[in-house]
Amino acid sequence: MKPIIKAENLVFTYPGDEEQKPVKALDGVSFEIPEGSFTAILGHNGSGKSTLAKLLCLINLPDRGRLWIDGREMTADDVTEAEILAARREVGMVFQNPDNQIVATIVEEDVAFGCENLGLPPAEIRRRVDEALADVGMTEFARNPSYKLSGGQKQHVAIAGTIAMRRRCVIFDESTAMLDPVGRREVMDIIEKLNHEEGITVLIITHHMNEAARADRILVMNGGRIIADGSPSAVFGEPERMWEAGLDVPQTTEFAYKLRELGIKVPLDLFDPADCAEAVAKAVLEKRGGARREAGS
Amino acid sequence: MNAIEMRHVSFAYGSAKNGPTAKKALDDISLAVESGGITGLIGHTGSGKSTLVQMINGLLKPDEGEVLLDGVNIWAEPKKIRQFRFKAGLVMQYPEYQLFAETVAEDIAFGPKNMGLEKDELDRRVREAARFAGLADDLLQKSPFDLSGGQKRRAALAGVIAMRPKILILDEPAAGLDPAGRRDILGGIKRFSRESGTTVLIVSHSMEDMAMYCDDIIVMAHAKILMHKPTAEVFSDWEQLASVGLDVPLITRVAAALIENGVDIGRDVYTVDYAVGKVRELLGENPES
Repeated sequence: MKPIIKAENLVFTYPGDEEQKPVKALDGVSFEIPEGSFTAILGHNGSGKSTLAKLLCLINLPDRGRLWIDGREMTADDVTEAEILAARREVGMVFQNPDNQIVATIVEEDVAFGCENLGLPPAEIRRRVDEALADVGMTEFARNPSYKLSGGQKQHVAIAGTIAMRRRCVIFDESTAMLDPVGRREVMDIIEKLNHEEGITVLIITHHMNEAARADRILVMNGGRIIADGSPSAVFGEPERMWEAGLDVPQTTEFAYKLRELGIKVPLDLFDPADCAEAVAKAVLEKRGGARREAGS
Repeated sequence: MNAIEMRHVSFAYGSAKNGPTAKKALDDISLAVESGGITGLIGHTGSGKSTLVQMINGLLKPDEGEVLLDGVNIWAEPKKIRQFRFKAGLVMQYPEYQLFAETVAEDIAFGPKNMGLEKDELDRRVREAARFAGLADDLLQKSPFDLSGGQKRRAALAGVIAMRPKILILDEPAAGLDPAGRRDILGGIKRFSRESGTTVLIVSHSMEDMAMYCDDIIVMAHAKILMHKPTAEVFSDWEQLASVGLDVPLITRVAAALIENGVDIGRDVYTVDYAVGKVRELLGENPES
């Protein structure tokens, strides 16, 4: 599949002033994001994740390196403002704090905000808003005041806003961090649905390893570079590297890793608790049976 | 003695107090928290956790019932409520947004200064609090806005520790931090509690964190207390937690599935290391070896 985003050797430094030294946040980052894929970006605070997200949304431009959105190079000398604006419409972002991204007092007006800025005809906006609210299961709240929603519901509304704009790629920057377990699960379900059913390219930035395990691919950042890139099985299959980078692995992986040290052979990449338990049960019962046979002989 | 005690406390917010839509935020709550431990408070959004916390440090006054700190009814003399607010220090969610002073040291000193403390004692308090929060000395003269996210969070925590509260209440102290940052701040809180004997109450949605750091856990649902038990017993009752929209740690769900698969690992598994120890026991190995 053709990449919707392609990055080559991106470098970005936050300029310093008299008191503060400049901070190099990205130090040569390269990757391709195929259209329709689901990628998780992991990394400790300050590893460059959010800086990268801001470059991909063209909120900032890189100091060095090249960036293509939908095949057009955004870092080319001859790129026009109109082309950058067009690319910004393709790649959107949903932020962490639900309260910082609701702009209107009524739910449906908030969802319509982006479309109005695109200058779409009112009938088209109406249709898109209704569809988007249905997609995130918020139709019955269309005319409710937005301030009365829970944090999770506000995130649903923010996501509906990007759906209504028909964005082809959405970056979720810790969009579940401030939600309770139920809200977090519901938002993750919607993100997955957007990807699987609507074919929208999704990038999630998260500190929750269980959420990252739901993606097709994980990029791990450390010190402004990508230090691991692969499927959840491949990336979490090397827990030592994750621990060194100040990160965790899902508890199922940690459990399997520590059992392997005891000589109990279980795979590291069973992220579903039922799958993990089945494999552990089989290995434990086998080992116990073996020990008994030895004792009996 | 109980550090925190509530007797039949009920409360409703302004417009919900009376009439047909009356809805209580706290409904006949009675609880006792022993001195010196770390207690977790969990519950879904809207279950009454934040109301309960504000009740403990006297920001809200119960409609009915009594709140006692160290055995003293805090509303016995309403004019003296301020002293109880110093006694029960509250660290709100995302406290780093509330940093404001020129230097980290001044920010930490703000609370104790308001308590009327003078220079030497103030300095001592600032250094002690910074040490508990894990802030290096050379950070104290920096602007709080030059710190990293995790350092800012710890500076805000130090500001409350410097008031030497008898009870420290924290609302989502690790939210938004990466795994190493979570361990730093929660480990610091645990060390502070153990060394100073301060009673700590942590509100959090992270079941894995609660399992790691809390001695006992209060579960709230629908304005009432569903259970208040030692950590292992709370998580062993996963059916009831699920019924009120709460999770258990992932490893507890693995343990539940192991039991279904004929491996009796026990219902009280809530950390990975404990689970590994139980497996060793099942295999007849001595976990100490």
